[in-house]
Amino acid sequence: MILEYPLSKNKVQALQLGQIVSVSGTVFIGRDEVHMRALERRHQGKLLPVDLEDGILYHCGPIMTRDSRGWKVIAAGPTTSARMNKLEPDFIKEFGIRAIIGKGGMSRPTVEAMKEHGCVYLAFTGGAAVLAAQKITRVRGVEWLDLGMPEALWIIEADSLGPLTVAIDAHGNSLYDNVEKEVQGNLEAARLRLGL
Amino acid sequence: MVADLIEETVVQLLRDAVTTLPPDVIEALQYAESCETSEVARSQLRTILDNVDAAGRLSVPVCQDTGVHVFYVTGPVDASIEESICMGVARATEEIPLRPNVVHPLTRENSGTNVAIGLPHVIYYPTGDEFLEITVLPKGAGSENMTSLAMLPPSDGINGIKQFILDTVVEAGGRPCPPTIVGVGIGGTSELAVSMAKEALLRPLGLPNLDPELTILENNLTEAINLTGIGPMGLGGDTTVLGVRICTAYCHTASLPVAVNLQCWAARRATARIYSDGRVRFGRSPFDP
Ligand code: SF4
Repeated sequence: MILEYPLSKNKVQALQLGQIVSVSGTVFIGRDEVHMRALERRHQGKLLPVDLEDGILYHCGPIMTRDSRGWKVIAAGPTTSARMNKLEPDFIKEFGIRAIIGKGGMSRPTVEAMKEHGCVYLAFTGGAAVLAAQKITRVRGVEWLDLGMPEALWIIEADSLGPLTVAIDAHGNSLYDNVEKEVQGNLEAARLRLGL
Repeated sequence: MVADLIEETVVQLLRDAVTTLPPDVIEALQYAESCETSEVARSQLRTILDNVDAAGRLSVPVCQDTGVHVFYVTGPVDASIEESICMGVARATEEIPLRPNVVHPLTRENSGTNVAIGLPHVIYYPTGDEFLEITVLPKGAGSENMTSLAMLPPSDGINGIKQFILDTVVEAGGRPCPPTIVGVGIGGTSELAVSMAKEALLRPLGLPNLDPELTILENNLTEAINLTGIGPMGLGGDTTVLGVRICTAYCHTASLPVAVNLQCWAARRATARIYSDGRVRFGRSPFDP
């Protein structure tokens, strides 16, 4: 299934844990500093340079180059989403994003925020930067470039960016939690193997 | 040594390191993919291998996090080498390109060149050899951030060490982009243990430890960790680690330092030996480990 911007609440609520999807259309790239600055602006009552509502946020710090025709993506794999754990619940609430692409999953407060506001987490293979770059057809713009290339807010166009796994759904379920439970169950066997 | 040659060699080393993976790592990933019983895990490994393939064809970095750079230099070292390495890193950042990752720790201001106070980090082992050997290990933050040090009570012994390594990998979960390679430093001082844990990653997969006892320990740890089911990217599966590499040093009678450094699947490393007549030999790990 291909998800396309803008995403409705109904659409993301229908997605199932473990489902494989891809995304097309406008995607916003933002990580640590974008979260911090966006929330700071919001708390000061200032507008953002772009409207993120119903959008898809990609946790990524890309490598871009610029020539006479504009910006070009060299590599754009997902970054560790857990770094945004503290800021994401507020970010989802304030800006109304509908999907987050990242790697490694996010903590309970974010899972709860996703359930409350209608948002999903799509896991992309960490480091799959070149495959991702090939699916990004155009860099539409960049804001806050003063934060540095990996931290700036990039606006891109994607064509079937994926494969992405629905790893946190909009109903409070997390594939990472499920795996963690399994891992806890397997620890005994691992310890036995080590003679512990 | 000619400064220009060192700079040129460093650029080439970084290009090799970030755009292709060492053959031992690719083989290990392929083998893992062929053995995986979980469909999700197999698709993750396939995506990784497709990605590495595409990077090689296009000659671009396999992962966008081209890391910060640790260099290991052996041979007749002199004060000018560091400058040549820094020039090489700055040039490689522009030419390959590498992502400018290096920022001030407090202001977070980006140096733009991957060169600044403290980085690249160069570790010297002076020898009387005629040649200079330079190995680079670009380290991404996702896996580097999982680094862990324990100053164990010596009475915890080997079981304490095993438990700590297992705990570190389990705690890291999917965050360091598994399947990882687990670098372990046992003994030394606190900072030496951490340094050994990273240096242990320079030994190719499949090359046994020089100490047969440690080879057994490495294999046991690999099997045990893979029983946890964390799997590629932490999405479940049989392949959590590709291997465990251990380095040891003597330590204080009242200490037992243990450090773990996880290396993501993008296990990038490259080595060059520069001879005094200007010949350069390239490889993917130190020539005489
Ligand atoms: S942990 Fe490794 S593979 Fe994953 S994003 Fe970082 S550098 Fe890339």
